[in-house]
Amino acid sequence: MNSFFTALVNPAFPFLQNALLASLLASVLFGILGSIVTVKRIAGLAGAISHAVLGGIGMALYLSSTRLVPFITPMAGAIIFAVLSALIIGIVSLKAKQREDTVINAIWAIGMSLGVLFLAKTPGYTDPTSYLFGNILLVSRQDLILLAILDVVVLLLVWRFYPQLEASAFDEEFARVRGVPTNIVFLIILGITAIAVVLLQTFVGIVMVIAMLTLPAGTAGYIGRNLAGMMILSWIFSSIFSFAGLAMSWHYDLPSGAVVVVLSGAVFLGTTAIRMLVLRYQKRRGVTP
Amino acid sequence: MLNTAPVVIQFSGVAFSYGSVPVLEHVNFHVHQGEFIALVGPNGAGKSTILKLLLALEEPGKGTIQVLGKSPEEGRSRIGYVPQHADYDKSFPISVYEVIRMGRLQPLKRGWSKVDELAVQRAMEQVEILDLARRPYGALSGGQRRRVLVARALAAEPDILVLDEPTANMDAESEERLYKTLGQLKGKTTILIVTHDTEFVSALTDRVLCIGERTGAEKRAHRLVQHKAAPAEHAPPELFGGAALQVLHDEVEPEDRCCIDTRTIQKGIQP
Repeated sequence: MNSFFTALVNPAFPFLQNALLASLLASVLFGILGSIVTVKRIAGLAGAISHAVLGGIGMALYLSSTRLVPFITPMAGAIIFAVLSALIIGIVSLKAKQREDTVINAIWAIGMSLGVLFLAKTPGYTDPTSYLFGNILLVSRQDLILLAILDVVVLLLVWRFYPQLEASAFDEEFARVRGVPTNIVFLIILGITAIAVVLLQTFVGIVMVIAMLTLPAGTAGYIGRNLAGMMILSWIFSSIFSFAGLAMSWHYDLPSGAVVVVLSGAVFLGTTAIRMLVLRYQKRRGVTP
Repeated sequence: MLNTAPVVIQFSGVAFSYGSVPVLEHVNFHVHQGEFIALVGPNGAGKSTILKLLLALEEPGKGTIQVLGKSPEEGRSRIGYVPQHADYDKSFPISVYEVIRMGRLQPLKRGWSKVDELAVQRAMEQVEILDLARRPYGALSGGQRRRVLVARALAAEPDILVLDEPTANMDAESEERLYKTLGQLKGKTTILIVTHDTEFVSALTDRVLCIGERTGAEKRAHRLVQHKAAPAEHAPPELFGGAALQVLHDEVEPEDRCCIDTRTIQKGIQP
């Protein structure tokens, strides 16, 4: 593992420092936004948005390589598709809840299919692997700046509107009665999640980004006493998993995104098993939590 | 008997449909300040819909609703609301104290003042759940959870307390405690309690509003009538933590009976 730390301070590997910075910046979103996604139970919605993003990436690559829209970048295409799919899902979820499942699955599948079709028709060979599974070593300085800006936005919003956020996640109807504009809160969460998914896919890829928005938060949810505690713990867990995953992937020459997800998943499953055993023991002993 | 207290809830000619399915028609009723009103009716009759209209969670198709002389959207901040269901996500990390503090929530305010903390403390004392304050909400029994939600509604120090089926799945002890709390609030806070038990209501009840009779051309919507209630001799003793009234479904009272001076009518004097 020493090779990782040596490489980290080696000026010949600036991309590794970028990767570490990206993983730590991503951890803020994995922790804070992931906790909100988890307690609001909108992981399915976020999953659909993240997969639909491939359509946008494919479209952008096709349009730029065929010179139809030469200046469009994969990130711009991804953001267009992410925001559009978030808008459609948000409106359906608020206006026609009974159709939500169908629409989520349709956006999930259509987005990916469009991506595959665009990539197939894009001149030259385009390897979709780095988009699907991420490649943190390709993170640019611009990606880091955008991640940092989104981190600040999320932290500020959560700090400013924590009581309203907590109430609308716990009991949306009651929050509405207390005057909280819950529909706007929901659409803002969905919009920020859409943009976050695009920025985070450089780290773990569009297929696994949803895992990182739920696994550390799920583990933290077992231990945290309240939503704020869950967010902070989830942030800490995400930072540890991201750092350790990056170090392991460097050391063993493995894809970093996959290592981070496997690590997070293993800790989540382990914690779930331990918790079940503890609860069973407490029940047998008649101990109240 | 003539009730001269101000009217705090007024439904005038209210109709409501879910899409093309009519639910309510010609709903007229009012509630005076300090009254204890039981809104009864079978499941699916539209009781919860009336509460949703009152809380501005739905909008009426026809008619007008006033809460404390304002529109429901403006007046609902003075309503303490206890919802029908208490089984929220058990894995949601939140303590009993934090749930009750939600009753002090304001649309944009950040943080909690000393006044908020005192109101939460008082609400917990009223519902006798001080010992549960630090417990996780998800770890409570069904009855305890309902009492927490009553405390959350009381933390708002409301003018009107609205309870939707508060004793559903509640154990006898919790039910007794709840009615003890409501008895202490009676007269000071206007109380509207919704229940699907159409036979008996608590002895605290001043008036019974019954919803269920079908109306309209196709007899699909429901209308609301006011019934008399009399002391019940054969009510199950575990009901309402004490004495109960029997709803007399055969006797329909005029909607404005509480506003008419019956002594004047008896003496034959024209109002």
